[in-house]
Amino acid sequence: MPQHTQAAAGTPLLQVRDLVTTFRTERGKVVAVDHVSFDVAAGETVAIVGESGSGKSVTALSILRLIPNPPGRIEQGEVLFDGRDLLKLDDAAIRAVRGDSIAMIFQEPMSSLNPALTVGMQVGEPVNLHRKVSWARAFERAKELLSKVAIPDAGSRLNSYPHQYSGGMRQRVMIAMALACNPKLIVADEPTTALDVTVQAQILALLKQLTRESSSALILITHDLGVVARYADRVVVMYGGRIVETAPSLDLYARPRHPYTRGLMASIPRLDGDTGSRLVPIEGQPPDLANLPPGCAFAPRCQQATDRCRQERPPLQAVSDRHYKACFLDA
Amino acid sequence: MPDSLTTEAAARAAATDGPLLRVEGLKVHFPVMKGVVIQKQVATVKAVDGVSFTLDRGETLGLVGESGCGKSTTGLAILRMLTPTAGRIVFEGEDIATHDKGRMRKVRRRMQMVYQDPYGSLDPRMKVGDIVGEPLVVHGVAGDRAAYRARIAELIRMVGLLPDMAERYPHEFSGGQRQRIGIARALALNPSLIICDEPVSALDVSIQAQVVNLFMELQERLGLAYLFIAHDLSVVRHISNRIAVMYLGRIVEIATRDQLYREPMHPYTQALMAAVPIPDPALEATRPQQIISGEVPSALRPPPGCRFHPRCPRAMDACRTQDPDLRDRGDGRAVACHLHG
Ligand SMILES: Nc1ncnc2c1ncn2[C@@H]1O[C@H](COP(=O)(O)OP(=O)(O)OP(=O)(O)O)[C@@H](O)[C@H]1O
Ligand SMILES: Nc1ncnc2c1ncn2[C@@H]1O[C@H](COP(=O)(O)OP(=O)(O)OP(=O)(O)O)[C@@H](O)[C@H]1O
Ligand code: SF4
Ligand SMILES: [Mg+2]
Ligand SMILES: [Mg+2]
Repeated sequence: MPQHTQAAAGTPLLQVRDLVTTFRTERGKVVAVDHVSFDVAAGETVAIVGESGSGKSVTALSILRLIPNPPGRIEQGEVLFDGRDLLKLDDAAIRAVRGDSIAMIFQEPMSSLNPALTVGMQVGEPVNLHRKVSWARAFERAKELLSKVAIPDAGSRLNSYPHQYSGGMRQRVMIAMALACNPKLIVADEPTTALDVTVQAQILALLKQLTRESSSALILITHDLGVVARYADRVVVMYGGRIVETAPSLDLYARPRHPYTRGLMASIPRLDGDTGSRLVPIEGQPPDLANLPPGCAFAPRCQQATDRCRQERPPLQAVSDRHYKACFLDA
Repeated sequence: MPDSLTTEAAARAAATDGPLLRVEGLKVHFPVMKGVVIQKQVATVKAVDGVSFTLDRGETLGLVGESGCGKSTTGLAILRMLTPTAGRIVFEGEDIATHDKGRMRKVRRRMQMVYQDPYGSLDPRMKVGDIVGEPLVVHGVAGDRAAYRARIAELIRMVGLLPDMAERYPHEFSGGQRQRIGIARALALNPSLIICDEPVSALDVSIQAQVVNLFMELQERLGLAYLFIAHDLSVVRHISNRIAVMYLGRIVEIATRDQLYREPMHPYTQALMAAVPIPDPALEATRPQQIISGEVPSALRPPPGCRFHPRCPRAMDACRTQDPDLRDRGDGRAVACHLHG
């Protein structure tokens, strides 16, 4: 099965430019997303990877302007979607975008589904809201969507409540809701982390197939480098709120250029890898965003760090066509 | 590394022959009650329903399977933190399945647990040194103050932390460091078996490798045996000598690591392996994608016949009515499937 579709040429569907999102915390201001820029082309799947707290979710939430304020604030940047800067839209206009041309799927389906409403009402709601069709039509569409995401016996299950569904089925409901209005972009934040591997494989294959059918773009946030390899066309690697490397998947895995990316690849056991040998861990601890070093955020854990790395912040620079890294090393 | 530990372990190893742990026909059933004043049992969750395996000294047995299949329940029953409904648990030559609290107390010294949650499992009000040393105090083997301190320092060093960290509190440590503290505590009484329940799954990818390496180093140094429960098949493959695959309260396949990963025989093992993506996009692009449908059914109502048959791509008539036994194949592997009867 070909997993890696060619990205469409022309102007990207989404352009994130110089995004900065901060939070006020007891320990001072935290820059959760620090001058982040990347593009997503129509029909493309872009994965965002990085460790816990590296700013993946905050990046996604910033795109949809879902950052709680206070304590959070989008301080600067542009999010150009279909030619419009989403950060400049008024509240009504951004609400019209959410759930319509951009949809989001969260990790925890239970906390994003309303326990008091039937599944049919929740899947039908975006259709009713954005497409201004009758409830009867919206229910029809809900049924169609639920069968599309492989909910058995969709018609009679419309009137069930979320707690009557299993974890995997709830996640399929989330996908059905996301697809309700044929979005051009789906942002999926760890959509399968809480699920079993066999169910994870079902859900991701389904999501990928549905986005391919409607040529929607997909931003897939995950910490699983296997998932990235199976589903993503391009990868954005984040560390300490910054992008440290970005490249097409094939290129990134064949030639990782940033020491963090390299370290990550060396530290994970593979189902088909050598056994018996020691893994090569990345020594040290993940960075504390409230207390980042002045230079490269990875410098304290980097085997190759120089004085320059500790003092000066490396910019994201091209190493080859479509492959960028933020590191002073020439490697 | 003082000699006392290794010699003690060696002496113990010589004391009994046979496997360190032999579990036979273990069942753990939970009653499902209904009613507020007068409680009535309305059903039974057969969380563990006839599990048998052995574990040798110094060996790691991986226990994998999807959520709710009974991995944690198996571990807790072996530690006797749950009472088995049936079966034998022979540990160091002694059947402990029906031991009372008093007799378990002595056994507990040689069998310890490391938990998944490095945040919830350490008492936030206790200093790290006291957390690590508590089992020594509880079992009355702390000795005098100097000996107690020295032992704590030794344990803390053994897991790669600095002895002066003993004076600090858990909240000052990262997830990976807390997991090291939990391991140091588990080592305090010189156990021969550690049951590790998802010990790295709460950790960042870049930190998991540190902890996996620590487990392997400690095993080499101390001759520990691990029952390593995890859902990450790549991690389990890396650390285990043998692996048992569970599905709905049963072991469906048990084999050496290489047997299992080179040639999984049970259709569920095959499905599980196929579902795990390999971090290599070039390889993934050509890898056949055999995705099975459905989810693990509830342990309240296991399907008749083979418990996997509703999801099995190769199910036959016999599978719908006859429950396949876990059959030993004579080469160190056992499979419960009519295809391999
Ligand atoms: N509501 C909030 N208030 C304060 N700080 C926040 C808030 N939300 C996020 N942050 C901070 O922003 C940083 C980035 O968080 P984010 O949720 O984006 O991480 P992530 O990469 O998605 O991590 P994970 O893999 O754990 O989901 C973190 O350091 C976090 O503490
Ligand atoms: N105390 C209990 N009372 C009733 N049912 C229980 C109890 N503990 C566990 N169960 C049930 O027993 C089954 C096995 O649970 P167990 O926790 O052993 O699964 P597991 O394999 O460890 O799953 P996970 O991967 O999610 O940790 C589940 O169906 C669970 O709901
Ligand atoms: S016994 Fe039958 S249903 Fe069960 S795994 Fe084997 S082939 Fe499949
Ligand atoms: Mg997140
Ligand atoms: Mg468990």
